[in-house]
Amino acid sequence: MTVVTAASTRTGRRVLDGAFHVAMLTGLLLGLATLVWLLTSVVVKGWPRLDSQLWEAFPSSRPARAGAKSALYGTVWVMGLTALFTVPLGVGAAVYLEEFAQKERWWNRLVEVNIQNLAAVPSIVYGILGLAFVVRGPLDFGPTILAAGIILSLLVLPTVIIASREAIRAVPPSIREGSLALGATELQTVTRQVLPAATPGIATGVILGLSRAIGEAAPLLLVGALTFVQFTPTGLDSRFAVLPVQIFQWSARPQEEFKVLAAAAIVMLLVVLLAMNAFAIWLRNRYQRRW
Amino acid sequence: MTATTAEPTASRLAARHSLEAARPRRGEQVVIGALFACASLSILTTSLIVLSLVPPTIDFLREVSIREFLTGTRWSPLFANPRFGVLPLVTGTLVVTACALVVCVPFGLGAAVYLSEYASPWIRKAVKPVLEVLAGIPTVVYGFFALTVVSPYVQRWWPFGDPPGTFNALSAGLVMGVMILPTVASLSEDAMSAVPHGLREGAYALGGTRREVATKVVVPAALSGIVASFVLAFSRAIGETMIVLIAAGGQPNLALNPGEAMQTITAFIGAAGIGDQPTGSTGYKTIFAAGSLLFVVTFFVNLLSIRIVRRYRQAYQ
Repeated sequence: MTVVTAASTRTGRRVLDGAFHVAMLTGLLLGLATLVWLLTSVVVKGWPRLDSQLWEAFPSSRPARAGAKSALYGTVWVMGLTALFTVPLGVGAAVYLEEFAQKERWWNRLVEVNIQNLAAVPSIVYGILGLAFVVRGPLDFGPTILAAGIILSLLVLPTVIIASREAIRAVPPSIREGSLALGATELQTVTRQVLPAATPGIATGVILGLSRAIGEAAPLLLVGALTFVQFTPTGLDSRFAVLPVQIFQWSARPQEEFKVLAAAAIVMLLVVLLAMNAFAIWLRNRYQRRW
Repeated sequence: MTATTAEPTASRLAARHSLEAARPRRGEQVVIGALFACASLSILTTSLIVLSLVPPTIDFLREVSIREFLTGTRWSPLFANPRFGVLPLVTGTLVVTACALVVCVPFGLGAAVYLSEYASPWIRKAVKPVLEVLAGIPTVVYGFFALTVVSPYVQRWWPFGDPPGTFNALSAGLVMGVMILPTVASLSEDAMSAVPHGLREGAYALGGTRREVATKVVVPAALSGIVASFVLAFSRAIGETMIVLIAAGGQPNLALNPGEAMQTITAFIGAAGIGDQPTGSTGYKTIFAAGSLLFVVTFFVNLLSIRIVRRYRQAYQ
């Protein structure tokens, strides 16, 4: 009797183990399958409009003649500006927090918790900040490329800072100690030893941060991104469109043709994004040093 | 005699070989100051967010009593006969968030357990970048996917009576769940891989199977990190804008049925932001009032998540 129950619990246990294995695998497969499903359905839907008109024509109320030229140029401008602001500020903050900040000071701990918290603030709240302080109010830049660049920089700075800090932390202390022992000052140690060694990691973090910014639409709705722009940007004070907002506007339209156009623009955006991601991963694998 | 001369020589020697810089390096201090300024920009950002939210919200609450705002059941601030009860937006947010959590909590945790306990190193190496790609897809794209691909299936397979319309909270919530899944998976997996191998090996030595080791040893030991990842998922679901703006419909709706069209707090802010609200108008102020509510809720949820990790983290060597 006892032998039988032991055997049956053993098979029961094996069945449970197998079921659990499958259940856990399902979680992973759900993510992967959805990714494949999303990519194929967008490509299939957008295929008829994946032509040069997509990046050579301006938006139009007639879907057959519409393109995303102004949005594409706007995205390039805004991203360039975002990179320009984010890289020095983000790396500077990361260097300070990792190399110079004394952890026992309350203000340094405050900065640290604050950055973690900012990384999780909803992106639309940055849009509100932009609306109140950058577009109108004190800075009063209006709904321009400059305003969009500032807001997206503030949005991705926490991401960039956190990634850069990890890269800097991965440089072993012995490198710093060796440099200091040879008579280098702290700043020389940072600029000639730590930063060069951490550059691949920092670059990866910057690219991932920018790839978040390039797809961000919500804050730019409040900053005043347009959807019917008939010109490419002429300067920092130019009004602008960006791809995500253009995609949003096209998918919100009832006509099927605009949905197809939205899908085509999504493919364009995803190609840029995947290229950025692939570059980041390549950079990480190619240049990352194991100490 | 010798003692008196020896002493100054020693102190002079000590002075020459002091590890302190001979003179203060002003240039370096300036640079370090500049670096500190970069870091404190984050404090400035938070302060500006608070400063941008508080005055218009106070203005708003002067026109609308806080009681009407928090307990009113109708939200139509931009209409001719405006009503300012935020409850429909709150229920909309909660319904969409619940749909998202139903997807991302079990499946995200499952993915994490699989990656940390079952997957061979090469599977892990192949899958992690794919999950990063999934996490990096723009939210407008998810919104488009929810509206044009998932929503027709939700309508076709709706099991309870009348099928929902094209815009419904369920498709938005489900897709949002998949969007957050990689976050839950990667944070939970980080927590699980921090559990020392000795614990697992001990459990295996006692005859545990993989399932038993995972559910009775690894998950309990990593619980703080796992719970923190759920809390973060909650906060991201509340704060997500574009998916709901595209796929959940635009009408504020005091309902708990995920098959109905709803508006969330974020979707209202986005929709109101598209229309150019004149500064100082009530429509302009409602953006900030709704934004304050959103910011306060996500702020405390985020703090909670950071605290959970800090307080309940078991430090293993």
